[in-house]
Amino acid sequence: MMAYIIRRVFYAIPILIGVNILTFLLFFVVNSPDDMARMNLGMKRVTPEAIEHWKQERGYHLPLLYNASAPGADKLTETIFFQKSVKLFRFDFGSSDSGRDIGYDISQRMWPSLAIAIPVLLVGLLVNISYALLIAFFRATYIDFWSVVLCVVMMSISGLFYIIGGQYLVSKLLHLVPISGYDTGFNSIKFLILPAIIGVIGGIGSGTRWYRTLFLEEINKDYVRTARAKGLSETRVLFRHVLKNALIPILTGVVVVLPLLFMGSLITESFFGIPGLGSYTIDAINSQDFAIVRSMVFLGSVLYILGLLLTDISYTLVDPRVRLS
Amino acid sequence: MNQAQLTKTMWWLTLLLFVWLIGGCSDSGWNNPYPRSDLARNILYSSFSERPKHLDPVRSYSANEYEFIAQIYEPLFQYHFLKRPYELVPLSAERVPVARFYDTKGNPLPEQADSGEIAISEYEISIKQGMLYQPHPALARDNSGNYRYHQLGQQQIDSSNTLADFPLTGTREVTAEDFIYQIKRLAFPKLSSPIAGIMADYIIGFKQFGEQLDALYERMQQQGTNNKYIDLRPYAIEGVQLLDRYRFRIRLKGKYPQFVYWLAMPFFAPMPWEAEAFYAQPGLEKRNISLNWYPLGSGPFMLEENNPNLRMVLSANPNFHGETYPAEGEPGDREQGLLEDAGKRLPLIERAFFSLETESIPYWSKFLQGYYDTSGIASDSFDQAVQFSAQGELSLTDSMVEKGIRLNTAVTSSVFYLGFNMLDPVVGGAAESARLLRLAISIAMDYEEYISIFNNGRGVAAQGPIPPGIFGSRSGVEGVNRYVYELQGEKIQRKGIEQARELLKQAGYPEGRDLKTGKALILYYDTTSSGPDGKARLNWMRKQFAKLGIQLVIRASDYNRFQEKMRDGTGQIFMWGWNADYPDPENFLFLLYGPNGKVEHGGENAANYSNAEFDKLFVQMKNMDNSAQRQLIIDRMVEIVRREAPWAWGFFPQAFSLSHAWYGNVKPNLMANNTLKYKSLDAGLREQKRAQWNPPVVWPLLLLVAVLIVSAVPAVRLYRRRERSAAR
Amino acid sequence: MISHLVILLTDALIFLLLLLSIVFGIYASRRAHLRRPWGLVVRSRVGVGSMVVLAFYLVVGLLDSIHFHPLSQPADGAAEQTRSTEVISLFDSMVSGLRTRQEKTYSAPLATHLYAKESIELADGSTIRDFPRLQHAGVHLPDPAQKTADILKLSAIGILKGIAVSVVAVNTLIMLLAVKARSNFGEQARRVLLATGSEIPWRVVLVVLSSMLVLIFWSAELAANYHLLGTDKVGEDVFYQALKSIRTGLVIGTLTTLVMLPAAVMLGIMAGYFRGWVDDLIQYIYTTLNSIPGVLLIAAAILMLQIYMSNHAEEFNSLVERADLRLLFLCIILGVTSWTGLCRLLRGESMKLREVDYVQAATAFGVSHLQIIGRHILPNVLHIVLIAVVLDFSGLVLAEAVLSYVNIGVDPTMNSWGNMINSARLEMAREPIVWWSLAAAMIFMFTLVLSANLFSDVVRDAFDPRLRSSR
Repeated sequence: MMAYIIRRVFYAIPILIGVNILTFLLFFVVNSPDDMARMNLGMKRVTPEAIEHWKQERGYHLPLLYNASAPGADKLTETIFFQKSVKLFRFDFGSSDSGRDIGYDISQRMWPSLAIAIPVLLVGLLVNISYALLIAFFRATYIDFWSVVLCVVMMSISGLFYIIGGQYLVSKLLHLVPISGYDTGFNSIKFLILPAIIGVIGGIGSGTRWYRTLFLEEINKDYVRTARAKGLSETRVLFRHVLKNALIPILTGVVVVLPLLFMGSLITESFFGIPGLGSYTIDAINSQDFAIVRSMVFLGSVLYILGLLLTDISYTLVDPRVRLS
Repeated sequence: MNQAQLTKTMWWLTLLLFVWLIGGCSDSGWNNPYPRSDLARNILYSSFSERPKHLDPVRSYSANEYEFIAQIYEPLFQYHFLKRPYELVPLSAERVPVARFYDTKGNPLPEQADSGEIAISEYEISIKQGMLYQPHPALARDNSGNYRYHQLGQQQIDSSNTLADFPLTGTREVTAEDFIYQIKRLAFPKLSSPIAGIMADYIIGFKQFGEQLDALYERMQQQGTNNKYIDLRPYAIEGVQLLDRYRFRIRLKGKYPQFVYWLAMPFFAPMPWEAEAFYAQPGLEKRNISLNWYPLGSGPFMLEENNPNLRMVLSANPNFHGETYPAEGEPGDREQGLLEDAGKRLPLIERAFFSLETESIPYWSKFLQGYYDTSGIASDSFDQAVQFSAQGELSLTDSMVEKGIRLNTAVTSSVFYLGFNMLDPVVGGAAESARLLRLAISIAMDYEEYISIFNNGRGVAAQGPIPPGIFGSRSGVEGVNRYVYELQGEKIQRKGIEQARELLKQAGYPEGRDLKTGKALILYYDTTSSGPDGKARLNWMRKQFAKLGIQLVIRASDYNRFQEKMRDGTGQIFMWGWNADYPDPENFLFLLYGPNGKVEHGGENAANYSNAEFDKLFVQMKNMDNSAQRQLIIDRMVEIVRREAPWAWGFFPQAFSLSHAWYGNVKPNLMANNTLKYKSLDAGLREQKRAQWNPPVVWPLLLLVAVLIVSAVPAVRLYRRRERSAAR
Repeated sequence: MISHLVILLTDALIFLLLLLSIVFGIYASRRAHLRRPWGLVVRSRVGVGSMVVLAFYLVVGLLDSIHFHPLSQPADGAAEQTRSTEVISLFDSMVSGLRTRQEKTYSAPLATHLYAKESIELADGSTIRDFPRLQHAGVHLPDPAQKTADILKLSAIGILKGIAVSVVAVNTLIMLLAVKARSNFGEQARRVLLATGSEIPWRVVLVVLSSMLVLIFWSAELAANYHLLGTDKVGEDVFYQALKSIRTGLVIGTLTTLVMLPAAVMLGIMAGYFRGWVDDLIQYIYTTLNSIPGVLLIAAAILMLQIYMSNHAEEFNSLVERADLRLLFLCIILGVTSWTGLCRLLRGESMKLREVDYVQAATAFGVSHLQIIGRHILPNVLHIVLIAVVLDFSGLVLAEAVLSYVNIGVDPTMNSWGNMINSARLEMAREPIVWWSLAAAMIFMFTLVLSANLFSDVVRDAFDPRLRSSR
């Protein structure tokens, strides 16, 4: 087991290197440091000297890949590529183009993102699975038919509409929760209720349909027929056999998204003014703060790979038949 | 999970929902975004939309940063809060100094001396005594007088995340040396102050100082010292001289009357050397503990909480030297209640709470709910707030009046213009055809319509480069741009589109077709517009050019690219704006001054306009005091540019702000940034109104629950039937 | 009127796609294993219903994909007609009324007055603040108070026209069917209308077709005299915008999969077929691409494109071309972020196929790899490709809206539902609220996505034997 995990971790390294090179190409070959400097120094009275200073301050004055003027090994290390990309592997994100330390900001903004993502995940699971079980129970009746129709309809509505409509209705017309904002500790609950509910509702359509397919697949298997033939009641069959066996794909499906919860949700967070990593990313895109975007790309990739690893491990834990190879 | 458990869980959930509903019912502010405990306190609520980048007064040069640091740092002068036209009054200085002039040999010259003769002007500044800095760890000392936190250990640095992790604080008196220290910081190239360039042109020895320090810094780097801190005290700028503890002297090259305006900006606030010594300790910057994020000032407020991801909180500085509310103002101020607090000690509020608010919709909604005390009006909310009376005057709509909301308007000291790149072969240059083309476009660009659609009337179509309220601009019939407007009786009206077409024909493009090539005329418009409003704006632009039969190709790009195009002079037509640094016509006319050309000289003249006569007059006008003679020169200059039309004049935006009944002492002041200290609040009234405006509406929730229950009925029936048949 | 045809990149690709689909259709109709599932699709009521709706969208999208320079009006009578530099589509010229009738600013659906008050100068020279009359809506009415009656009248006319046309369409169809089935008209009519004796649910087709026709004629009648869905901030007809957005939605939904298809199919099959280091390399490529958060990759790529376009501004003759290139680029980059799923599926499938007897046999006979792939593997994974294309469609249409919200979607000058929703954000804060832009975009998008979702369900059920057997 341990050896397997270690091997998988080593397998992740070339992928991370690939991601790194790709982002480096996108961000430094495309957008020159001069542009970044001008963007950040503001619009009035920007002199070439100020740009040079800005670049120097942030290490963008170095050559991209090879520094001919530096001595010895510094030829390779005193470059933008080494300073900005290789250091990411140590999770040393450096400071953003606007001057703040990125690692610090990420550690601060991670919690609001989790505070909204975890409830959405858990409540969403509960709601979707119960609803899917209900549909499976009533399969091939009009409840099944109309529920599936409802799911497809809900899937076909743009997520933006849920957010815009929900905010307008609940906050503006009904005065039930603050329109946007965030606070620390327990005070944050009133800010999180609405985005969490909207997140859950937005996921019902696709989630329920997916679980319904899982359940139906199980229901049609032989052992379920046997169980039913034994005279077990339908409810018992559903909970004892179907749900239990469908738990494997459900669980692995959840595990793969777990690490990505940290990244937060872009649209919801910026709409509701929640200072999480999602709105951090959006702000960075809008203000073209490439240092932040670069760090988030790297972080996202690391988390994704972590998710893959966790999925593999959880497979073996849940289902002993799957052997690690 | 079996059936019983499921039912149980459902029960628990329902119970929780009920507890929440009932718990919430006990008080009406369900949607109050602030902590309950702050309800009745004298706290001002406002917002910021963009995270400030620099709170260091040497670096900061944007309105959203000034919103904070102008309250914290006190420069030498300020603009009088109430009086108009804007008047400089002393802030940390004892008085506004009068310049003394000397010729090249150092002989004193009379005040009326010709500006050509003046080689040196000298300002002697004395500051108030007994001013103290805010409590700050950098100033904390132990019993033996040593600084507590100037020799931090690595462990101590690693364990601290905010400035509050250094609990001990101290203060000391503000001295003239601190002002000089700050001027040295302006000159220090490492800090890349945005005004270093312009100050180097005026302050004697400023440039040399910068070069000296730069060399020193390079040497330090090469020696491999990790410490980036240079104590600037031992080095001196030639033109800045300390006289005694409370007095210093600044000497400038030539005459530069606008210099005092610069002294009213936070660039010239005092800075104790201890601050730099403290923040320069290695490792602190990495934790965002730096002068850029934690200011150290002597002003009425200090930054209590600094969380740019969420909120910034300013609280009253207990060491503030004390200033009182002004006792006199403009005529009419007394009637408006602006003098009721006269003589009271400032600041009038205990704390100001700025929340991050990036979207305009939540911002406006929260204002209406009473959770922000004041609001600028977003264009799209305007109809709701403001109506035009029969005479075309602005007033608030009934629903706003009912809420006790008040409206304040002022024409801002900024301009938005449609510029033509004068280096462009088609629209630019001195050729008559290009000039006529530009004039035709100027007429076709219906800025009155633009203002009414996109700014909801919040603006004045420009007749020239100088906005109203600034010396040199003329109002009424006298100020009309006869090239674009005409008089119809008493009324000033934009010329008809036929006249523009006629001009176009004269220019050699009848119906928008180039006579030389026979092809349709295509012009290029460079813009950065991309927001939700962008598409509508661009469509409108195209419509204006289509009126002349010209096809407008829009080249949208990000701001960087846009600026690059401007610098390279590859743009053709563009829209840009300018916000004045100080209320002087020079600050607008220099946008068209030839040696300020963007492409050639990297200046702010983005149109790259150059006209020998204009440039000559500009030099003459630049350093004059406001007088009838200056007005004449300005009139001549404005006439030149109106004829040549390097800009289609665009408009001067008008600032409108709304404020609630409980928010006092609101008077728009476009030059002053430090007005927070004058604001007053009636927290009791606010609490009452908020409760009245935000009754939670619960019945739709109950209805929803009911619908869910009802929709469960067929399921339950079907379930029963199934179970029965299974049992059978 | 058509003079100079302008072929935009996406136009070319759309027609290429159309051609490919037709070729594929002919190909599929000759292969039993591909024909049978299609038979299942057209036998499903939901399937044919959604197909009819999609067909209407498709027609609008295709009409909107034929661009040309219209002839401009002669300048002063005698002069010869010149080519306008403007680029419009066939669809634009068909609904030119909608395009050109601009108001000043907002007006509500079917309104006769602007939505905002303005100073109006009266005949006697005094000014009042009131809602001005619209320039193009309800102008035929002497008194705006007659609006309701007029709308009812127009609706009735429109519906009658629609019914008339659909009766003709129904009869033609029945006639054609009768000829094909060699029965008489009455007999065939009974079969179709009573839904007996025919495997294809013609009745559903006719019902959906007729209601669509009625809807179209009704809206055409009203849109000719009013702004059916109101106007936006600069007075453009919202109905027109929503219709124009159809093409954008379709392009994003289809071209994205088209541009990613060659890479995904080739790499997927190669990985599964060759195994070994090829497999490792391809897996490495797609895991790497997959692990970069999609939105961020798109953001970075779009910024890159903007830089390219502003550096090469002279290569783009018109706005339409610029916007078009950005659209295509968005499709490509969306494709890059989404091809990995299909690639993985194909890899698994061809891995299975590799072990099948006849492939093994072919290998033993020394048939070249290329031939094996072309003959045996590719035809057997086509259904997976098809399912993926159909399934991705609705997700991509929805994704466009989200990307435009973040300003990394299509060009801001391009009509798209995402751009409409994006500007509607600000309108929601107005009071009285301006809801029609949002509503129009939502309704048009919802209809398309819903029919696409329903259709893809049917297609998947029909093509995926695993699911089919489990029902």
